[in-house]
Amino acid sequence: MTEQEQQPYRATPARRALAFVRNTWRGLTSMRTALILLFLLALAAMPGAMLPQRSLNEPKVQQYIAEHGWWGELLDDLGFFAVYGSVWFSAIYLLLMISLVGCLVPRSGEYVRSMRARPVLTPRNLSRLPHHATGAVASDADDVLAAARSRLKGWRSSERDEGEGVRSISAEKGYLRETGNLLFHFAMLGLIVAFAIGKMFSYEGQVIVHADGSEFCNSGIYAYDSFNPGLRVDGTGLNPFCVRVNDFQPTYTDIGQPLQYRADLEYSSGAELASNTWRPYQLAVNEPLRTAGDRVYLLGHGFAPVFTVTFPNGEKRTQATQWRPADQTTLLSDGATKFDPPGITDSEKRRENQLAITGLFAPTPVFHGKILSSGGPRLTDPAVAVDVMKGDLGIDSGYGQSIFSIDQSQVEKGALERVARENLRVGESVTLDDGTEISFEGVQRWVSLQVSHDPTQLWVLGFAVAMLVGLALSLLVKRRRVWVRVVPDGEGRTVVEVGGLARTDQAGYGDEFDEIAADLLNQDTRSP
Amino acid sequence: MPVDETLSRFSDWSYNTATLIYVLAMVFFAVEQAFGRAGRLRTAAPRRELVGVSASGATDPATLTPASNAIGASDAPPLTPAARRTTSRAARFGRMGVALTVLGVLLHLAALVLRGLATSRVPWGNMYEYMMAVCLIAVITWLVVLRKYPSVRHLSVFVLLPVVILLFVGGTMLYATAAPVQPALQSYWLIIHVSAAIVSSGMFLVPGVASILYLIRDRHESNPSRFAKVAGHLPGRSVLDRVSYRTTVLAFPIYTFGVLCGAVWAEAAWGRFWGWDPKETVAFVAWVIYAAYLHARATAGWRGRPAAWINVTGFAMVVFNLFFINLVTAGLHSYAGVG
Ligand code: HEM
Repeated sequence: MTEQEQQPYRATPARRALAFVRNTWRGLTSMRTALILLFLLALAAMPGAMLPQRSLNEPKVQQYIAEHGWWGELLDDLGFFAVYGSVWFSAIYLLLMISLVGCLVPRSGEYVRSMRARPVLTPRNLSRLPHHATGAVASDADDVLAAARSRLKGWRSSERDEGEGVRSISAEKGYLRETGNLLFHFAMLGLIVAFAIGKMFSYEGQVIVHADGSEFCNSGIYAYDSFNPGLRVDGTGLNPFCVRVNDFQPTYTDIGQPLQYRADLEYSSGAELASNTWRPYQLAVNEPLRTAGDRVYLLGHGFAPVFTVTFPNGEKRTQATQWRPADQTTLLSDGATKFDPPGITDSEKRRENQLAITGLFAPTPVFHGKILSSGGPRLTDPAVAVDVMKGDLGIDSGYGQSIFSIDQSQVEKGALERVARENLRVGESVTLDDGTEISFEGVQRWVSLQVSHDPTQLWVLGFAVAMLVGLALSLLVKRRRVWVRVVPDGEGRTVVEVGGLARTDQAGYGDEFDEIAADLLNQDTRSP
Repeated sequence: MPVDETLSRFSDWSYNTATLIYVLAMVFFAVEQAFGRAGRLRTAAPRRELVGVSASGATDPATLTPASNAIGASDAPPLTPAARRTTSRAARFGRMGVALTVLGVLLHLAALVLRGLATSRVPWGNMYEYMMAVCLIAVITWLVVLRKYPSVRHLSVFVLLPVVILLFVGGTMLYATAAPVQPALQSYWLIIHVSAAIVSSGMFLVPGVASILYLIRDRHESNPSRFAKVAGHLPGRSVLDRVSYRTTVLAFPIYTFGVLCGAVWAEAAWGRFWGWDPKETVAFVAWVIYAAYLHARATAGWRGRPAAWINVTGFAMVVFNLFFINLVTAGLHSYAGVG
């Protein structure tokens, strides 16, 4: 090579950069890369099934980290407890999406071209094809071609004159395969985008509501016990609706297996709120209430024992605080019902006299000596086993505390003392040394509700259905070709040659080809 | 909905008998697998089969040559009359094996139907019933494959082996007495979602086994001293590959449909259509792996052995999803666990 020839090819930085971009793009959009990215995606998704995840079970994540020391912390730093939001997981699926787009753009162009193109020329030697048949028929070339044309109705075909009286038809079928394939891939792209947008604008909130006509209104984050907003949700402008829970009725088999949970609701949404119009709804598992663009689910249920405290001065206070089921099959529950002494304004003094009734609640009590357990989830003469605690509950300390338990550190500090321990049935009571009487009045039920909002879920569904249709077409439709060549033998007979090729490795074309060939070659019997 | 104890007992009886009959069928197939080489040569010979085989392989030059159409027989030497007699006897064993398998399927089906009648619900409400149904589909799929490819009949022993193991594990360790399902499962989606999962999982067993046999045969071909006992009696790689591909291609859209219905059900039952619950996650992983399998078969350098490995991995994920996720981790799906 001479100097001159080399000159134009000298790699300027710009050119080198361009070449780099082009090569990266080519690499990224090749099938090989797509395959490797698919594996990486599968691999990266696995830890989410094997390790506890923050979004599903935060306490379990904490426990795991505590149990595994530095290893747990390392995993935490690397995002293994929130896999699907981690940098590496996002990186893989973003790369896969780029690869997908890079794949789809040229293929769409090719698709349009191939939809316009005429079926390919008839090969010179049809006998080299995997399917082949030949024979002579007693009709002339025009008739044979006319018969072939009508036999190949529904096929895309084109006819060519090859000279010297030789003519041929090339026909192709199964274009839906490629259509389906593109549909599938585009729908997948749409699904991923819709999913991501949905994640940004969705929210989910949980709330416990007593089943005694209590109401819940979707008016803001404060109305919820817990709330998980998407990135673009700040808790304002939630869809307005209210739910009133009038009753909750479970049904069980004889052995206490649940058959059916149903909550008796009334709800009012949007403009109905102003006019105070309420509509009834039976909320059940698998049958969420859909209103105002949100959904309300029945997640769980439990009991709230009702306690009345009669203070020495004769004042009464009644409370029904929800206790949480500790055992899902027997609904043995635990909790803490907390009381402030009435009529005491001095906060110092009030804090010395707070009360908490803690312990166990059993819907169907079974006593082993004095130990209470539950024999089943049904309410049959319920009982509680309670410790009455008196002193400073620590509620004013500024730290939030669980409504289901007392602050153990107050007990350890000696600020909170046990003043009674008793098993009570409904109607029974216990009297403290100072004359305070605590009676177990009965039990209420509560339900835990979840409100979900996801503005794109119907889009996701639509794309998913399109994917499925596309997939089925692309996997099950066969792309196949058939060629017919007629050669007049000059004596009124015509030599017919048929060749066939399936372009995709699908079985079954053999039978279809044999039928076509038989129809075209058995002209003698049909045409006079 | 009271449970009918008598019907439930009949169901158990059918289940056990079906398992025993499959074991018996395996013995017959094993005889054919061990002695019947020429039997296969003959079934491979009819022209129809030749056409069927070559029709598909336009993109694969190897299948265009007639030699490779003689399925698994390219290495078979001409037979002596004595050998021919042994092989035709072997073929008779194979046919009896099929007859037994059909009988097994009927009893197996009866076991499932009786369970449904006993509990007045669809008979796939717990893991025992689910496995029973998956195995039934696997055997039915195999019988359909046999109709299309009679020449692979002697491989039945390899398909029945995992089925019998699963049935045994199901009947002993996972057995659950007939009972109604809990409220969360009372939905028509239980019928749609779970039956799609059952059908696709059962179908996936067949390509899983065929791909393992492919890998064995492949090892043997690159080094004849390996797996000499078994591999010499296996059909050619292209047949195994085709059995895997065709079955996978049918099962994959059904599987996709099942996952989609699962998402729709999850929206109604759990408040979101996708939440990366362990079962959902592994279903997603298996789905991606099968998609990779289909891509691999369309990518130069990935056909054949890599594709077979991917298919085996896909089935391993399906099995992992059934056992590990149901029995070891706790997720929303766990109530489908052991009765
Ligand atoms: C989550 C990611 C993906 C999934 C689940 C997926 C799934 C599928 C499925 C199920 C098929 C049908 C296979 C067949 O026709 O045999 C297919 C075909 C195809 N996909 Fe993808 N795909 C994904 C990403 C991609 C990407 C990133 C590319 C491009 C680099 C790509 C290129 C193709 C091509 C070229 C085909 C046609 C193969 C053939 O000729 O049969 N796919 N894909």
